[in-house]
Amino acid sequence: MFAATLIVFRETLEAAMFIGIIAAATKQLAGRTRWLGAGVAVGALGAIALAFAADRFSDWYGGIGQDLVNITILSTALAMLIWHCVWVSTHGRELAADARSLGVAVGRGDRKPWALFLAVAMAVLREGAETVLFVGGTMAGSGTGDTTSTLLACAAGLVAGVLVGVLIYAGLSRIPVRHLFTATNLLVALLAASIASQLAKALAQAGFLEQWTSPLWNSSALLAQDSALGTVLHALMGYDARPSGAQLTFYVGVLLLIYAGTRLASRGATPLPRPAVSTTA
Amino acid sequence: MHTRRSTLCLSLAIAACALMPVPSIAADQEYLLTIRNHRFEPTELKVPAGKRVKLIVHNQDKTPEEFESHSLNREKVIPGGAKATIFIGPLKPGRYAFVGEFNEATAQGAIVVD
Repeated sequence: MFAATLIVFRETLEAAMFIGIIAAATKQLAGRTRWLGAGVAVGALGAIALAFAADRFSDWYGGIGQDLVNITILSTALAMLIWHCVWVSTHGRELAADARSLGVAVGRGDRKPWALFLAVAMAVLREGAETVLFVGGTMAGSGTGDTTSTLLACAAGLVAGVLVGVLIYAGLSRIPVRHLFTATNLLVALLAASIASQLAKALAQAGFLEQWTSPLWNSSALLAQDSALGTVLHALMGYDARPSGAQLTFYVGVLLLIYAGTRLASRGATPLPRPAVSTTA
Repeated sequence: MHTRRSTLCLSLAIAACALMPVPSIAADQEYLLTIRNHRFEPTELKVPAGKRVKLIVHNQDKTPEEFESHSLNREKVIPGGAKATIFIGPLKPGRYAFVGEFNEATAQGAIVVD
């Protein structure tokens, strides 16, 4: 039974940490709880649908149907996170200067956080589908254990995973507002890079990538990927004990893309109206 | 101003997607792995070094299984009764263990590269 708890915990952890960071990053956004909640709900419903359809599309395209779904989900999440990073950089100063200004803009309806909604939905969809498949499989296949205890074990894993997400959020929330943006922007950029690395892995697994698919190094003796710290660092910043050249390229490439994008966008952003100080008098 | 910024955002997002390459048509050597009663058959699979190989995992159980290997850097859920393709390598000589994560007690095996 403990095995079931651990598996569900591992699957939940990644999505929960993702949502915890996004929630902290958007603390100032009016109505963001509703948007994030909707993202989780849509992602969860999608995950159930995806799990039920899994045996249909698994055989597609010579057995890589599931990878194609995975690649689509990862690409969407990646695009949304990059979008968010760049978007925030054009509004970061406004956010830091006046928390209400953006709240007002969102309230008026001209700044709906679609990107975050989609990114959260994708995170829940991906991890959730695997969880549903596992739980469904255990319940269908277990002639030995009874259904109630299996469900309880899985629920315990789910709660533990969510708890880590809440802890991350609570921890980040203690950071003073003026530093919060720097911290969360960095974390969201690392999440994007981590998703890019997973995308490179998925492309190699499906056979789309042929070059740079061998591991560059092996740091599993130093920090095993399935250790507690390894798991957390994997979810937080994409730690991989045996990354391929393609994974590293994607990881660094996305970080550079976000850096360049935010620099470009903040240069093009309209400067804040300065308070009327008597400089021209 | 806003349109220009959205255009920039959009082009960055598209650039990210454009990183995806096109499928390859190269013929890879195929290897079959079967899952039956939460066990892999064969438990040891020999593959050549330095070559990418195509692993076909046929899950003959009714329940799903997750093929997972940290040393191969691969993980994939295979629904009950389904066949899944996993590309691995090129690998250096050595032993690469894999498990069925959903039934780790019995589902164990290894890829042996020489």
